[in-house]
Amino acid sequence: MTIALPAAPTPAPRRQILVATAMASASAFMLIMGMIAMWLKFRAGAPTRNSSDGLLIIKDWMPASISMPEVAANIMLITFPVGALMAQWAAYSAKRDDAQHRSLALAICFVMGLAIVNAQIAVYSQMKIGLADGMFQTMFYAITGTMLLLVIGGMAFSLVAFFRSVGGRDNDTDVVNAHALYWYFLTAAFAVVWFVVYVQK
Amino acid sequence: MTIIDTHVGASTHAQGTGSAFVVSVGQWITSSDHKKIGRLFIGTSLLSAVLAAVLGLLFGLERMSPAHMQIFNGNATPQLFSLYQFALVFGVLAPLFVGIALAVVPVQIGSRAVAFPRVAQFGFWAWLFGALMVDISIIGNGGPGGGRANLVDLYLLGLALAGIGLLAASLSIATSVLTSRGPGITLDEVPAFTWSALVGSIATLLSVPVMIGTIIYVYVDHSHAQLIFGGNKGINTFLGWSLSQPMTFVFVVMALGVLAEIAPISSRVEQPLRPIVLGGIALVTAAALGAVTQTAHVLNWAGTNSDKVKSIVLYALFNGLPFLGALIVVLLSLLCLKMGTPRVTASFALALLGALMILVGVAGNLLYTIKSTSLDGTVFSEGVVLYLVYGGLLSALAALTHWAPQLWGRTLEEAKVLGLALIGLLATVLAGFPLYVAGFSKQPANTVVGFDYSGPVALWNLLTGAGHALIALTIVGFVGLLINAVRKGTPVSQEATA
Repeated sequence: MTIALPAAPTPAPRRQILVATAMASASAFMLIMGMIAMWLKFRAGAPTRNSSDGLLIIKDWMPASISMPEVAANIMLITFPVGALMAQWAAYSAKRDDAQHRSLALAICFVMGLAIVNAQIAVYSQMKIGLADGMFQTMFYAITGTMLLLVIGGMAFSLVAFFRSVGGRDNDTDVVNAHALYWYFLTAAFAVVWFVVYVQK
Repeated sequence: MTIIDTHVGASTHAQGTGSAFVVSVGQWITSSDHKKIGRLFIGTSLLSAVLAAVLGLLFGLERMSPAHMQIFNGNATPQLFSLYQFALVFGVLAPLFVGIALAVVPVQIGSRAVAFPRVAQFGFWAWLFGALMVDISIIGNGGPGGGRANLVDLYLLGLALAGIGLLAASLSIATSVLTSRGPGITLDEVPAFTWSALVGSIATLLSVPVMIGTIIYVYVDHSHAQLIFGGNKGINTFLGWSLSQPMTFVFVVMALGVLAEIAPISSRVEQPLRPIVLGGIALVTAAALGAVTQTAHVLNWAGTNSDKVKSIVLYALFNGLPFLGALIVVLLSLLCLKMGTPRVTASFALALLGALMILVGVAGNLLYTIKSTSLDGTVFSEGVVLYLVYGGLLSALAALTHWAPQLWGRTLEEAKVLGLALIGLLATVLAGFPLYVAGFSKQPANTVVGFDYSGPVALWNLLTGAGHALIALTIVGFVGLLINAVRKGTPVSQEATA
């Protein structure tokens, strides 16, 4: 009589969270790029008129009364790579089983996220524009608000990874690596938003 | 120490508490079993297909006498057309194949569960509630062009939520294929359907977010300013592309995967030129790149040589490549028949007929996007969508027939499903072809009155209505066969389903 051995257990999935985060990041990048494309289309199509002296052609896109708070925007641009650096530090520490540095790096990453949210709120308050004031204003709030939501998502990711880290999940490298990847995506996405929305306007 | 872990799909409800029905409903609602989530997607999509077909039948009957309205109220028709288009694309085509992939892919790759089953579960409920929000808003005069501003906002939110649901489910499918394959199954060795699920899911993940980005702009503008996107009247101008070609091509990729899967099995031969078949399936997803540009790439043989080259390159990339991909899959599946010893199974007949209908739809789009044909704004585009959706529906029925032993532990009656396949073919041709002809006669799209042309107006629209009625009959018949098999059929042995 032949007795069949039970089937071997299914192997654990390989880098599942990292792969899913990569695809979710690609998806979110397409979201931001789609919005940037619409921004560029409307900016290019904004009506033009001659200045009162007839020497200049003025494009009616961003009203002259609005001043873009470039300091706060530039601070955001600098803060994103710092956040990504912290996320990479967490990944490096996780690889070396250094729980203290991993937790510290994740906590700093969360604080960087808070700093970005703070800077974005500063931008809104300094610009003093209403959502329904005009074409530029409406689109500005829509695109920067979406970016802000993605940053809040990154902060939530940092918080979850942090609590897992302090909870003793020492073999959590997949989550920490995925977290770093998400922060790299945030940095790249904001770099585009910064250049198109805050610099080129 | 002994650790007892429950399987992700295992019941978490205490047995014997409450009625069996309530417990069963609770288990279905909260289940993270991939087969249950897949079946929820499939069931609701088929229900949506029947509703879309009924709406199509009513449109056909109404358009028989375009001088005056008999069924609809004048103000309701633009919203009802929006409901019809949404139901066809986001209510039937996309979720139906997502459901089949969720149910079948883990089985094909030797995984016990789909990756992130709770995300897949969230995907279903988000899609369902999004679709219901769209339906409710349109019924309450809130779709594109609708008069109630709050319900127009609800429509936009519903559309975004349905898209997020599809994204969540697609993420789960793609991650499963990439990370949860059994030992020894490399990516180039996965079954053709799993391959199509992977590339189709990735194409969805890259194209649907662009639609959501546009919805964010339109929603913010509509609810606060109404300065940029034309308020309720402008919604279709900016979002119409998401319910049209080439976006719909992204959702039919898995239908071609069904044919590529079943053809070699029915022919009892190894798929010849398999890498080319997989490449053909992937080529169709080139449509995703065209969709994210939010433009129909029209072949316009006018202007300078540079304009002509630019026009022909974009036309070939975004309209030609999907056609080429679909053609490759169909031709190489037919090659299986020639090289093997084929037997006509119901699932193969449905898959082949479905893929052929999809090919007619993609070819129709090639014609539609040639500017000199002057088909823009005619019902020809509706014909293309119907060929794609109803062709996809036939392919989905093929998949359900083929994998019924794995999904329900039963086989369906071959002769009866073959009969339904023939009715389904007739239905698709009747629903789509008269609109192709009427398109050349310049029958305008998205309207039921106020047009006239030399030709049998009533006949074309009657035939289209009859096609919709027959497709509803096909679906109801298929579901009846399935329920009968589950209730009275003999269970298939474990060996047979393995």
